[in-house]
Amino acid sequence: MNPLLATVRRDVLLALRRKSEVLTAVFFFVIVTSLFPLGIGPEPVLLKKIAPGILWVAALLATLLGLPRLFAADHLDGTLEQMALSPSPLGLLVAGKILAHWLLCGLPLVLLAPVLGLQFDLDASALGILTLALLLGTPLLSLIGAIGAALTLGVRGGGVLLALLVLPLYIPALIFGAGAVEAHIAGLDVGGHLSLLAAMLVLAAFFAPWATTAALRVALE
Amino acid sequence: MLKVSGLACSRGERRLFSDVDFSLGTGEWLHVQGANGAGKTSLMRLLVGLSPADAGEIRWRGETAPSTEFRRDLIYLGHHAAVKEDLTPLENLRLATALDGVTLNERSALAALMRLGLRGRENLPVRVLSAGQKRRVLLARLLTRPAVLWVLDEAFNALDVGAVKLLGELIAEHLGNGGMAVLTSHQPLPVPGGKALVL
Repeated sequence: MNPLLATVRRDVLLALRRKSEVLTAVFFFVIVTSLFPLGIGPEPVLLKKIAPGILWVAALLATLLGLPRLFAADHLDGTLEQMALSPSPLGLLVAGKILAHWLLCGLPLVLLAPVLGLQFDLDASALGILTLALLLGTPLLSLIGAIGAALTLGVRGGGVLLALLVLPLYIPALIFGAGAVEAHIAGLDVGGHLSLLAAMLVLAAFFAPWATTAALRVALE
Repeated sequence: MLKVSGLACSRGERRLFSDVDFSLGTGEWLHVQGANGAGKTSLMRLLVGLSPADAGEIRWRGETAPSTEFRRDLIYLGHHAAVKEDLTPLENLRLATALDGVTLNERSALAALMRLGLRGRENLPVRVLSAGQKRRVLLARLLTRPAVLWVLDEAFNALDVGAVKLLGELIAEHLGNGGMAVLTSHQPLPVPGGKALVL
């Protein structure tokens, strides 16, 4: 089997044995996005205006929840060491782990977003743009987050440091992701926003596994 | 095949060892000895390329290690359990070899687990196994991936008398097939011959 697919299979299998860890992030996303309409009350104009920002910030924080565990468990039980010594390139295995993180943490958010967007009175086409933007944006969040997770591996109180390190790097994704939906609602073209998101995704897909690998090798020394 | 020259390592201010030289050919093994904290594990980690050496050189088949070729020929088992508690021994073994790019069919995986005395445990989650049994799951990896150099750090820990004897046999078999091994242990090892390196 291809080492990358084997890593994805392994991590998905592990997550299925410990469903609570995956479900925490998803529930967090659902609850946070539902609290805003409940707190603000029935004001469709206001809700529609803040919807993209809230959904994106919630997605950002939900992704962040799962990040500290991305490499910590493997580091603790020594399987990360075995990965570093594997004949397969570590970058490939790391890419597999990031892909698995997205499948478990990012994809559920993408699939839930159109349903949760209904609470904000978004119409069908705006929901479509939101889903598309999240589809491009959430893998980007996983890729950037993996670098932070690797850098803070083994650091005491790493969770807080990870948030401080990663959240500023999420800002471009947030601006263009939420911006795409806002532009669509305002009747503007969204091609530019989505293209920029896609460009950032391609760039991160190329460099993030490499940077993560370098950080992991330092953490293992 | 494996040639180590002038290897040195320090932790902070303290020099753990310096000028470590040895070489291993086919069928030879090295017993690394030393008191607690003498740097046995550090030497093993340097050897496999997990941490960089302060000085010195490691050559494998004439080329500077660590290289992909070196990693293909190497199995390193350290202090860690390196098995996933939520997976069964069978899943652990098959996924670990899959990560190395080797496909392992169910029958050879089961055969390896049987040999290590895990009959009837192959489908239980590893978390319910004892420390010694977890160790056996890890050791099963030695049988499932063809490697020339075995680097085993305290591999005899937590094993019962039977398992110690079995591991001794496995190592002897491996050496007989032209393999090499570097071992650390405080107890005398049930493997004949061997060079000794005292840190």
